[in-house]
Amino acid sequence: MATLDQTVDVHEDHGPAKGITRWLYTTNHKDIGTLYLWFSLLMFFVGGTMALAIRAELFQPGMQLVEPALFNQMTTMHGLIMVFGAVMPAFVGLANWMVPMMVGAPDMAFPRLNNWSFWILPFAFIILLSTLFMEGGAPDFGWTFYAPLSTTYAPQSVTYFIFAVHMLGISSIMGAINIIATILNLRAPGMTMMKLPLFVWTWLITAFLLIAAMPVLAGVVTMMLMDIHFGTSFFNAAGGGDPVLFQHVFWFFAHPEVYIMILPGFGIISQIIPTFSRKRLFGYHSMVYATLSIAFLSFIVWAHHMFTVGMPLAGELFFMYTTMLISVPTGVKVFNWVATMFRGSLTFETPMLFAVSFVVLFTIGGLSGLMLAIAPVDFQYHDTYFVVAHFHYVLVPGAIFSIMAGVYFWLPKWTGHMYNERLGQLHFWLSFIGVNITFFPMHFLGLAGMPRRISDYALQFADFNMVSSVGAFIFGFSQLLFLYNVVQCIRGGRTATDQVWEGARGLEWSISSPPPYHTFTQPPLVK
Amino acid sequence: MTTDIYYVPKQSRWPILASIALFILAYGAASLINALTAGSGGGLGLSLLLTGAFCLGLILVGWFSNVIHESRSGLYSAQMDRSYRWGMSWFIFSEVMFFAAFFGTLFYVRMLAVPWLGGEGDKGVSNLLWLGFQAQWPLMITPDMNAFPGPKEIIDPWHIPFVNTVILLSSSVTVTIAHKALKLNRRGHVVGWLLATILLGVIFLSLQAIEYVDAYQEMGLTLQAGIYGATFFILTGFHGLHVTLGTFMLFVIWLRVLKGHFDPEHHFAFEAVSWYWHFVDVIWVGLFLFVYIF
Repeated sequence: MATLDQTVDVHEDHGPAKGITRWLYTTNHKDIGTLYLWFSLLMFFVGGTMALAIRAELFQPGMQLVEPALFNQMTTMHGLIMVFGAVMPAFVGLANWMVPMMVGAPDMAFPRLNNWSFWILPFAFIILLSTLFMEGGAPDFGWTFYAPLSTTYAPQSVTYFIFAVHMLGISSIMGAINIIATILNLRAPGMTMMKLPLFVWTWLITAFLLIAAMPVLAGVVTMMLMDIHFGTSFFNAAGGGDPVLFQHVFWFFAHPEVYIMILPGFGIISQIIPTFSRKRLFGYHSMVYATLSIAFLSFIVWAHHMFTVGMPLAGELFFMYTTMLISVPTGVKVFNWVATMFRGSLTFETPMLFAVSFVVLFTIGGLSGLMLAIAPVDFQYHDTYFVVAHFHYVLVPGAIFSIMAGVYFWLPKWTGHMYNERLGQLHFWLSFIGVNITFFPMHFLGLAGMPRRISDYALQFADFNMVSSVGAFIFGFSQLLFLYNVVQCIRGGRTATDQVWEGARGLEWSISSPPPYHTFTQPPLVK
Repeated sequence: MTTDIYYVPKQSRWPILASIALFILAYGAASLINALTAGSGGGLGLSLLLTGAFCLGLILVGWFSNVIHESRSGLYSAQMDRSYRWGMSWFIFSEVMFFAAFFGTLFYVRMLAVPWLGGEGDKGVSNLLWLGFQAQWPLMITPDMNAFPGPKEIIDPWHIPFVNTVILLSSSVTVTIAHKALKLNRRGHVVGWLLATILLGVIFLSLQAIEYVDAYQEMGLTLQAGIYGATFFILTGFHGLHVTLGTFMLFVIWLRVLKGHFDPEHHFAFEAVSWYWHFVDVIWVGLFLFVYIF
């Protein structure tokens, strides 16, 4: 795609500062990307530990390890941490590292704002995690925090939760504005929009979704705050409001949010599959238009999360059909990935293994989504483990696998060392097996009627739950291999070439590995 | 696209300090609000909130001074200018979406939730909750008048709100005249018209305050007055906060003009503030139509 016309001399006017201040005061997109990625990995392990607490309790029927009240706090905090602490910051970290190098920019458009976007996050999570130690416990109303559970019946800590969400929103909006300005304004001469690598395209669209959706989240938590403390009745029918209103506003934010957590993943996969197929991406233009269509549709499908809440028939039908429409652009993407691999010279290094399994497993998640989209049958599946299975298939072997793939793919570029390939593949296979053992049985549990978000269950669900818990522990502990491999790769290892992968194309592969602290202080010319 | 050097600032202490201040502010606000609801003092929360807000204010002053200084030293290229334009445009778009959430709430409640509760339409079965409840808008009689006593009367759009509409629309004109004057380098006119804009903003806010006092003391239109009061105050309240911020921003720009900043070609801060001002103006027109008149 984009080829470098002339290699510009990259003079280093100043390298990284020494000591801790490098990380506290930095304005460098690579440093901030690194901060985001480490923070995300830390949150991944914190949220993962909570998931293991949940799975340990569900290993057998009956109450063994955690009290029901704590169980509810674990499911809530696990969801919030994974969404806002693990997946989103990981994608922002990858964008920070790669977008400026891919478009030939010297840095992000607003480097200081970029630092602020990151450093708000740890403080927001200090507030959120501190609720675990408060009187009345942490938020226990699920990551969707439906009113009146989150208003009338909420623990005191909900107020802290609301302010933490506000901080996360500020961080995301500023980060998204930065990414949009970088992509639209800092492209090197000759880097036209239709030459942009797909990771950049998908992030551009994701940033738009963030700016459109996050303020709505701020709005809904503000209305909660008013209802709880200032006597309003937005979500209380006694004053003429409506608890269902909460769900509408929440899902108007949260459905685009779901795509915020997958579109950058689509971009990563679209970089990796062509590289290891040693072919150009099949259907570049259709990929761009498919991403745009998905982004547009994400704003008109929200009420498919609420089929059982009591909507007029016209609403049920509208949201059912628009939801099904999403499968068209998504199908285009899956088709293009498969067509890219078709008759390519494939090799299966760790990034490619994760990418191929992404295509297969994400499609399984997509198909169960199509089942859920059918309103009449959703009455059966709603709030069962079938839903849990569905969204974990699109988030774990979907979003998380795409992040893992991206990290293995770009780690040699970042560090200048190759990671341990054997260990990487071992990590992949354990993750792949673990994830399927964990989440596939949940489909059957859900179809048999096991409700989600409960700490105990009927005996008939015992066997599949035990299988699922075993899988969760395999998956969870195999992530330590990932941590070990990343640390080892940073410390040393076989030297990586500039191009790193035989089939890699694009500006980011034309610079040295590791790249100089400041890349493209003079914009390169792209033909 | 130009090939000028794009200015990448060196290390900065402002962001991390601002994060810490924001943390103290948020933690203090949550503690204070919880304490107020529980009726247990809240002194610590209040001190944290004020400390955080004060520090954040100082930090933003320092941060913006840095940016202004860099801009006036000629470090910013035309490309940088475009970054700021994109940044401000998307920021305003995020504000539009914030208000969209509250407008959406208003429309949903008026068109669907309240009629259903009154037994009308597709989901009129919700009337079983409060048999005999009659749907109306403005909602003067709430389903549970003990918990949420509805307003006795509502604000007449053709008095203060209409005057405020005229004031705010005029202020959009005055700020545009000031901008034109700046482009022609008539600095005396810039100072005058900007000051007029600021005064119009202050008058708007004062009238809004009088309206609120009236609503609370005379009309029983309060936050607790059911969904009408809730939507009324969240929309007009957040709009008022944005006008306050906008007025403050205009004031800063006015001081900068007095200090001799900006020239006919380079004055993006001025433009950004006037974009923001037009934005609060447009939101007000929406409020006037859908909150006050219809």
